[in-house]
Amino acid sequence: MTAQTDVAYHARQHGRWHWSEIAFWVIVLACGFIFPSRYLIMTEVVRLALFALSLDLILGYAGIVSLGHAAFFGVGAYCAGLLSAHGLINEPILALVVAGLAATVLGFATSFLVIRGVDLTRLMVTLGIALLLEALAERFSNITGGTDGLQGIEMQPLLGLFEFDMFGKTGFFYSLAVLFALFLLARRIVYSPFGLSLRAIKNNPLRAAAIGIPVNKRLIAIYTIAAFYAGIAGALFTQTTQLASLDVFSFERSADLMLMLVIGGTGYLYGGLLGAAVFKLLQVAFSTITPQYWGFWIGLVLVVIVMVGRQRIHAAALFVPNLILKQIGGRKAVVALSDNEAP
Amino acid sequence: MSIALETRNLDKHFGGLRVTRDLSLKVATGARHALIGPNGAGKTTVINQLTGVLKPTSGRILLEGHDITDLSVHGRVLRGLSRTFQINQLYPDLTPLETIGLAVSERLGRGGDWWRRMGTRDDVNAEIAETLARFRLLDVMNDLTSTLPYGKQRLLEIAVAIAAKPRVLLLDEPAAGVPEGERKDILAAVASLPRDVTVLLIEHDMDLVFSFADRISVLVSGALLVEGAPDEVARDPQVKAVYLGEAA
Repeated sequence: MTAQTDVAYHARQHGRWHWSEIAFWVIVLACGFIFPSRYLIMTEVVRLALFALSLDLILGYAGIVSLGHAAFFGVGAYCAGLLSAHGLINEPILALVVAGLAATVLGFATSFLVIRGVDLTRLMVTLGIALLLEALAERFSNITGGTDGLQGIEMQPLLGLFEFDMFGKTGFFYSLAVLFALFLLARRIVYSPFGLSLRAIKNNPLRAAAIGIPVNKRLIAIYTIAAFYAGIAGALFTQTTQLASLDVFSFERSADLMLMLVIGGTGYLYGGLLGAAVFKLLQVAFSTITPQYWGFWIGLVLVVIVMVGRQRIHAAALFVPNLILKQIGGRKAVVALSDNEAP
Repeated sequence: MSIALETRNLDKHFGGLRVTRDLSLKVATGARHALIGPNGAGKTTVINQLTGVLKPTSGRILLEGHDITDLSVHGRVLRGLSRTFQINQLYPDLTPLETIGLAVSERLGRGGDWWRRMGTRDDVNAEIAETLARFRLLDVMNDLTSTLPYGKQRLLEIAVAIAAKPRVLLLDEPAAGVPEGERKDILAAVASLPRDVTVLLIEHDMDLVFSFADRISVLVSGALLVEGAPDEVARDPQVKAVYLGEAA
């Protein structure tokens, strides 16, 4: 019996909350109160974080690469916009869920194309689907508003109580609440038997099948879930900016997402969140210095990250704290970061 | 005598190359059957067809009388056909606990549960603990597989296959590359497999084959050369010429 208790204890170990995770969310919430004049940009970071979390679910956990994740973002965005512009669903949260489900349907339908083939095929197929949708949105400009964007999106108060204000306070806390709820769900998923089987598939699909794991079924499931997440991110975009235009489908949007995960790292859930924040901050910082050529500096940072390696950067960043801790406590390095652990 | 695993006129071509030739093999229920043959005889291709990685060009494969030729790899595992791998195909970043947990979860139909954390079902935990204990992996259950000694990794390899509770187990060179000192653990694990599990052993090591198998099939150039009890096979002049002759 003690062996079974041991097994239960160790099996649950990865799913336990680390103090640093709690600290992370406390800091994020605190930002909402410390920087009341920065709601708009913080909302953008939260939205990107949710979008990046979506890609991390398929890339970091199931090993599916995608250059067309904006397809789901765009469908969510337009769906939320159309529901509001035509007054079909006025309750923001309900509209959000419906938009997410629309993206889910598209995700399920296209998953069958994506799970076939290897990385390069997947990159091309996902990219193709996003381009296709962008062209369709342009063709049917009578519905989507085409290059001018969708007109007449007006948001009703959240839960009938909170007006969407011009400073974006409601929008920020609304987005943050959605991000947190979906993060909790993602956390539950990746530490479940289903999540573990995804890691096995990513690592060695042949072996996974030999263990009895239905590989394709699991890949379809996670791809569909990720589409839901991306659709919600898109819907949040429309709801908080009251804007939906063709660029929701753009290649840049998908590519930027990949960059965020390169910055933050994959497969530990916080990579997309941190990556989105760092990416946005860099973008803002660089575009203040050089409004036209900020892309150059972002590119440079990425090259450095990839060449030097994230682990070595982490080690360098933690050098000083560890030195201090060693001096005070006489202990060995106590702060450590790895791709698989919480920040 | 009932048949656990059977192939009927199995043929596999790669372009113009015939790698499996009209192979009809019967493995009796509960048997300790060995499939031997010189390098390049096509043993791995046979395994890959049995497990569903490769589709045969023609011929059928039957598991306990049911045609499984068109089933997927994981479908066959759920029907009771498991295998071990020749070269290390374990998950270096997972622990033995997680690796066994994967197999047990799938067998109990819990592998798709996404709303529940690992380790929260007593039936799954109990079976993981039992399997780990049987293969003496309890003390290392929380170590990363990549840090385990090679012998322990081979044990884990067998343990994963057994965790799926197969009725037919394909053992692909279970002792290959294991240092002499750790060998006896592997041999003991192989010998102590439950009697009602049918075992098809694919092996190079003649000592292991003759100490373990009660029936031997010799494969040469993709076709069945001889089949019989170990002493018959050892005496057979054709086998001596083709296979044992090479070694002597």
